[in-house]
Amino acid sequence: MADEALFLLLHNEMVTGVYKSAEQGEVVSDRCVLLAGEHGFRVGQGLIERFTKDTARFKDELDIMKFICKDFWTTVFKKQIDNLRTNHQGIYVLQDNKFRLLTQMSSGKQYLDHAPKVFHRRLGIFVEDKIL
Amino acid sequence: MSRQANRGTESKKMSSELFTLTYGALVTQLCKDYENDEDVNKQLDKMGYNIGVRLIEDFLARSNVGRCHDFRETADVIAKVAFKMYLGITPSITNWSPAGDEFSLILENNPLVDFVELPDNHSSLIYSNLLCGVLRGALEMVQMAVDVKFVQDTLKGDGVTEIRMRFIKRIEDNLPAGEE
Repeated sequence: MADEALFLLLHNEMVTGVYKSAEQGEVVSDRCVLLAGEHGFRVGQGLIERFTKDTARFKDELDIMKFICKDFWTTVFKKQIDNLRTNHQGIYVLQDNKFRLLTQMSSGKQYLDHAPKVFHRRLGIFVEDKIL
Repeated sequence: MSRQANRGTESKKMSSELFTLTYGALVTQLCKDYENDEDVNKQLDKMGYNIGVRLIEDFLARSNVGRCHDFRETADVIAKVAFKMYLGITPSITNWSPAGDEFSLILENNPLVDFVELPDNHSSLIYSNLLCGVLRGALEMVQMAVDVKFVQDTLKGDGVTEIRMRFIKRIEDNLPAGEE
């Protein structure tokens, strides 16, 4: 059972590592975002597979989103999503007022340009193809 | 009803799985970035070091452990408090050297390697090398220079995972010139 502090530090190191490898000559920061997203994607897939193997199939998209906002988010970030909005046409907006991975960075403007890097990695964790 | 009960233990397991999977993604990426295992090992050690120098602060703030008077006390604190707090396991301490400056930590199970298998072409990869860096970095911040390495690894077919720690020297505080 790994402690939160250790996980956060590991996560920070990984984000730093991804961006450091880019600074050596590579210009495209989109690549970093993509890479960070890929990490998250792989992790997310593994997690979802193990977490949902005993649960019933999801009925529809909304069921998936509710699962993500409540169960999944609680497990990964220790709290539920604060706000979920949708236009009922496939777009969902998840709002978390106290995103755990950024709370240690959010005080102080100097970190604002680093915040998106962390966030993009986390976005990669979502796996939508569990509709099956 | 049973779904609710499942969720409690499931979410605890998932937190540790999240960490294990994240670490796995890191090692996978490093293997892609670096061509040989030695470089990956070095990189893991470096990252572990960076984590360790920060982790020690969190550790000292949360545990009520005072200054250790000798290396034996340090070993006890590492195994019984630190490993328990951060990885939920308690390694055993064995194989003390006669001079009392070297010992082994034996891990019956290593949470970092759940679901992991080493492919044949990565036989010299030290998968959990991050841990060595963490220990080295953390102890350096409390004025101890140590050498840490894996001598047995369940991923390579050994029965247990064994980390050997060797005390090198005490790091003296260097006062800036003029502040005697």
